[in-house]
Amino acid sequence: MLNLDFSFLNWTFIQGFILKGLWFSITLTVVATVGGIFFGTLLALMRLSGQKWLVLPAAFYVNVMRSVPLVMVILWFFLLVPFIIGRPVGAEYSAFITFIAFEAAYFSEIMRAGIQSIPRGQVYAGMAMGMSYGQNMKLVILPQAFRNMIPVLLTQTIILFQDTSLVYAIGAYDLLKGFETAGKNFGRPIETYLMATVVYFVISYSLSSVVKRIHGKIAIIR
Amino acid sequence: MAMDWEVFCKDTLDGVVQSGCFGNGRDITYLDWLLSAWGWTVSVSLTGLVIALVAGSIIGVIRTLPASPWLVRFGNAWVELFRNIPLLVQIFLWYFVVPALVPPMKAFPPFILVVLALGFFTSARIAEQVRAGIQALPKGQRYAGMAMGFTTVQYYRYVLLPMAYRIIIPPLTSESMNIFKNSAVAFAVSIPELTQYALQVGEETARPIEVYIAVTILYAISAFVINRIFAFIERRAQVPGFVVAGTGAGGH
Repeated sequence: MLNLDFSFLNWTFIQGFILKGLWFSITLTVVATVGGIFFGTLLALMRLSGQKWLVLPAAFYVNVMRSVPLVMVILWFFLLVPFIIGRPVGAEYSAFITFIAFEAAYFSEIMRAGIQSIPRGQVYAGMAMGMSYGQNMKLVILPQAFRNMIPVLLTQTIILFQDTSLVYAIGAYDLLKGFETAGKNFGRPIETYLMATVVYFVISYSLSSVVKRIHGKIAIIR
Repeated sequence: MAMDWEVFCKDTLDGVVQSGCFGNGRDITYLDWLLSAWGWTVSVSLTGLVIALVAGSIIGVIRTLPASPWLVRFGNAWVELFRNIPLLVQIFLWYFVVPALVPPMKAFPPFILVVLALGFFTSARIAEQVRAGIQALPKGQRYAGMAMGFTTVQYYRYVLLPMAYRIIIPPLTSESMNIFKNSAVAFAVSIPELTQYALQVGEETARPIEVYIAVTILYAISAFVINRIFAFIERRAQVPGFVVAGTGAGGH
């Protein structure tokens, strides 16, 4: 049996190696969720608009994004973004852009399901009230779609949080990278990988318990 | 910008363009290498899928067994454990931590370790689907099996599982496509699969766009082929008059 040595575990270690990475992982999760839901909703509205010139590009975008591994998308953006805007961007900015673009495709499918789950009668009721298409969406359909989809959106956010570890591919300093760097510095990779496992598990597990509770609440009210 | 597809015909050592694009004799072109990388991706994914299906089915069934609360708890713990740790971290665990804790595993080739990581990660999702599939069946089917005098093993084998597997073919399809996408993470421990190829050859040839396009297309083709295979199975396994309802949404 291997002797594990956690003696380097103290505040300096956490402050020096972990907090920066944790902060980046959390920021990336929040920004990608907000941006992804925003653009995902736009994509969903495009796909449901019935206008061919809106439906086709949105469907193409979503299907392409969903058929490619996230790591490849990360590498694509890391390569293309500097090429398009003509100057190098850091791995961190590149990660933000990638995750918003990638998650928009996944969130759009969730929002599409959410919008379609609203009974058609509500749309007709809105139209009968004299509401325009935009008013109907904004005041009647979308608020309910969001509310119904909150558990699914949050579950996707937990998956997103776990997926932020993939920025490893372009060397951004996230939570996993923080543990890895510490492991190299102290010559204790086994212990730091174990600690990374525990931290990711605790965060994801507690978030999914919260989602379970929210799911129960929403299910009761409806 | 100008694309230069001839890059795949070049020899990997001296960069000379080979006629016919495939290397002959001792020469290896980037195209040869690309196909070998695709082979690695396919073998990692398919082996991982087999492990995931076997482990996922066992755990999924365990979670629905009547009157065995400890087995159910074990199954639930398994799912929560493998679902709440990022795949990349799990790959590092199998690659660095497990061999250090279990010395005989030091002799395992990296391929086996990655396949175990991918298989067990996916087994948690498949277990969830198998459980949902079994629980979606009317309770009466279980009781009918019992009333026929079947043992637990028999009524699972002859009554519940044949129906449950048919119900969960659609989510199993997307999970099988996901495993091809998730196999990309194996690049982190230097398995010579497609993503590793893209990183290395993109840099070596200074033609990353062409290389990434080729790799991306191969991923899409792999996922599409799996999708068609499962669609074929779904058609063949259909029970006339039985409406199949999809369960749950897949992650990525």
